[in-house]
Amino acid sequence: MKSLMACHECDLLQRIPPVSEGRVALCSRCGAVLFRPKRNSLDRTIALNLTGILLYAVAVSFPFLALKTQGFVREAALLTGMKVLYQQGMSGLALVVVLTCILFPLIEMLSLLYILLPLKFGGTLPGAARLFHSVQVLKPWGMMEVFMLGILVSMVKLAKMATIIPGTALWAFVLLIFVLAGSAVSLDSHLVWEKLDRRP
Amino acid sequence: MSPAPLTAREANLIGCRLCHLLIPMPKEPGHCPRCGARLHQRQPNSIARSWALLIAAMILYLPANLLPITISSSLGTSQSDTILSGVLYLLNSGSWAIALVIFVASLFVPLMKMVILVFLLVSVHRRSRWRPKDRTRLYRLTELVGRWSMVDIYVVTIMVALVRLGALANVDAGPGAAYFAAVVILTMFAAESFDPRLIWDRMEDCDE
Ligand SMILES: [Zn+2]
Repeated sequence: MKSLMACHECDLLQRIPPVSEGRVALCSRCGAVLFRPKRNSLDRTIALNLTGILLYAVAVSFPFLALKTQGFVREAALLTGMKVLYQQGMSGLALVVVLTCILFPLIEMLSLLYILLPLKFGGTLPGAARLFHSVQVLKPWGMMEVFMLGILVSMVKLAKMATIIPGTALWAFVLLIFVLAGSAVSLDSHLVWEKLDRRP
Repeated sequence: MSPAPLTAREANLIGCRLCHLLIPMPKEPGHCPRCGARLHQRQPNSIARSWALLIAAMILYLPANLLPITISSSLGTSQSDTILSGVLYLLNSGSWAIALVIFVASLFVPLMKMVILVFLLVSVHRRSRWRPKDRTRLYRLTELVGRWSMVDIYVVTIMVALVRLGALANVDAGPGAAYFAAVVILTMFAAESFDPRLIWDRMEDCDE
């Protein structure tokens, strides 16, 4: 049975195809991506997530935009908007933004390091499989790249009424989006599950 | 014709939807021994849950679009904007690229997503055999694009943070924003509840 797998989208039972690194294994019936093996998947994902944590620290601690009008300067950091929403009585909305743009991306990066670093040296830490499960469930709810698009739209909107000064965090944020995208591409979850499998 | 394809269910096996482990069908419903996800031959109540979430999203879609998402004031005058009036304002002021982004993300994508999900649910209900591969593609599309609808919520978040200049200019979030976020989240859950394997089950039923 080790050589068989069922498609998660159409349930077709099929032999696991031999796929070389960099190629994609597709379901022969519905075309779903079964898995895509990557070269140096572990190393690359670990390196990208370590870089990501550093960029994240910069992105959340410094102001990302400042607005200048008639002598007034107003700076905003990533958390400023969520704080203002909360003060305006939109606590639910503030929570959604905090979770999708601040918390989930951080949890994902930290969890991946917790899972992948020991795997690289041939071990696993307690709860790694459970955690990787959560990472995959949370995946669609981390929306930093959508927030990035939101920043671009806001900049165009605000450019009409005031001078916009990009802050340090903005550059870190742009780099972070690329690093997160790279991490998503280099992560081979099929391989991680196989390595995490501790059943006899 | 080639013989009908054999599915895990027909072979009395079960594939974990999350980690893709394939094991013999357990007698009792249980959890995947590898990743801990609940094992289901098919998502339980997939259709009913998907409908419930989808209908809730459709109802909230009205206040999301009718109520203002931002209330901006400058020098004593205040102006409320709904999603649509915001797009029209951007269009009139010449920012057609941004208007297009917001139109696609906030109006077109949520509506398209709800229409596709209704179509998929009805097609499964009617045991349709029509182009299962294309229907699976449509399903994948709704999962892929749904998150981008959040962009307007983030624009509001950034606007309220930056435009805070006392009497000079101020932007507040309106109630429409909260409804709109709820619509996006509900449609994401509705898509997640839908089990695409149901599309293919009908193909095997008919072969028998
Ligand atoms: Zn398939």
